[in-house]
Amino acid sequence: MLKRTDPLVKLDGAGIFRNGRWLVRGVTCAVDPGEIVTLIGPNGSGKSTTAKMALGILPPDEGSAIRRQGLRIAYVPQSLAIDWTLPLSVDRFLRLTGPISKAEAADALAATGVGHLARAEVRTLSGGEFQRVLLARAIARKPDLLVLDEPVQGVDFTGEIALYDLIKSIRDRLNCGVLLISHDLHVVMAATDRVICLNGHVCCSGTPTAVASSAEYKALFGARAASTLAVYEHSHDHTHLPDGRVQHADGTITDHCHPGDGHHPGQDVLHDEGDSDAR
Amino acid sequence: MLDDFFTRALVAGVGVALVAGPLGCFIVWRRLAYFGDTLSHAALLGVALAFLFEVNVTAAVFAVSACVSLALLLLQRGATLSADALLGLLAHASLALGLVVLAFMTWVRFDLMGLLFGDILAVSKPDLAVIWLGGAVVLGVLAAIWRPLFAATVNRELAEAEGMNPDHANIIFMLLMAAVIAISMKIVGVLLITAMLIIPAATARRFASGPEQMAVLAALIGAAAVIAGLFGSLEWDTPSGPSIVVAALGFFLLSLVPMGRRLTRPDIHPATEPQESAKG
Repeated sequence: MLKRTDPLVKLDGAGIFRNGRWLVRGVTCAVDPGEIVTLIGPNGSGKSTTAKMALGILPPDEGSAIRRQGLRIAYVPQSLAIDWTLPLSVDRFLRLTGPISKAEAADALAATGVGHLARAEVRTLSGGEFQRVLLARAIARKPDLLVLDEPVQGVDFTGEIALYDLIKSIRDRLNCGVLLISHDLHVVMAATDRVICLNGHVCCSGTPTAVASSAEYKALFGARAASTLAVYEHSHDHTHLPDGRVQHADGTITDHCHPGDGHHPGQDVLHDEGDSDAR
Repeated sequence: MLDDFFTRALVAGVGVALVAGPLGCFIVWRRLAYFGDTLSHAALLGVALAFLFEVNVTAAVFAVSACVSLALLLLQRGATLSADALLGLLAHASLALGLVVLAFMTWVRFDLMGLLFGDILAVSKPDLAVIWLGGAVVLGVLAAIWRPLFAATVNRELAEAEGMNPDHANIIFMLLMAAVIAISMKIVGVLLITAMLIIPAATARRFASGPEQMAVLAALIGAAAVIAGLFGSLEWDTPSGPSIVVAALGFFLLSLVPMGRRLTRPDIHPATEPQESAKG
């Protein structure tokens, strides 16, 4: 268990082994209070698996995942199917894992723009509405750590900007840590303190480049979006081949790729917790 | 008042219905409709083992039902087969085991009809005590684990991520199911308890706007079915257990009838009612 001054959650060389292969391996990262960490990577790269290790749903098969004692977590899963046999209103869904006062529920729903749906049946919501309800439920919990698995899926571009602004304002208000999984490989939330690019392991990590500073991006995204979005420039020292093997910068090809295998000169940043001061 | 056999039957049946309703909601929500059948087959094995080892039938049925429930949880965790396939496997395996064990005991005369349908009209005062005290304990425990159990029913990972223990709640729920089968089997029969779990819950779904409301409604509908069924069997001289199930079926069919907008929420079309989850 971690003490008050430690990060909210800390993964150290964590990996998950299933059905004869490593889904993800050697993940080292941490989320501090008030910090926004974005996980990006292609489909099947282990983003959700990494988030589940951080949440404690999947205990790592190697390495460790440590959460601060008494940590209050709110989780927005990637997909959540509500069976029709479940009579479940939005109000009741908000109180799923803990009691929440009527005022808190109303505030959270209003904050995500679905205040009018408080009494609606969850099953009848559209994809975008349900996404907002999921987020409202997470906000209403007033968490120390907010974990969002692709929260902007099924939401249009304007809605995406609004949700990112909302996530930032939640962080500012609650000073909670945010672990965000993004489906976009290059465009991330501008408020992100650190981006971690996964593909079975940590490929690279760093800070995003503010879009707002570039006139070209501003023209591309629009003035309001430009202050919310940022571009992440990957700095990979290896390439993933189609058969799953990895080609390193020095030309060698290995079956796996993980930090400390001797193929990552100058990439010790992966092990180094100190890079958080880069923000 | 309890000296009359018919009054005792009413009190026993209502007691079972009040417990079966809320538990049955979870059976319907979790798509475990076949679970009751599996436990009823396991109950036969329990009865056979009770004869073999000369132990209390209720205790033996509870032990075997609990073992089958835990086996289901363990096999589900492996997740190589779907829940219905696992239930079928466990049901027929325990039924076959029970029959094989019975075949060894040529001296035992076994009343299969009594096991399946029970004899609610032969309920004694001690039986009533077992049903109402046992039922109160089961409902109390269910109320205590309600939030984690329901959260895990909606989404297991969400519940686990936010600090609940779904495994814990699931195991307790399975043990509650085994307890209900065991305390009510001798009295109302295995088929009746299965029907009392599923039919009132399926009927309540139509009218409920929340999970807690659906649990209470299912309990009340079950109690009404017991009363209607028993009076029906008195009136027309029909077997009491099946009459209760027929009454419950009647309530379910009534719930399918389209009613005014006042009772029917406009977002649910009657064509989507769960015919398949009502079997059992």
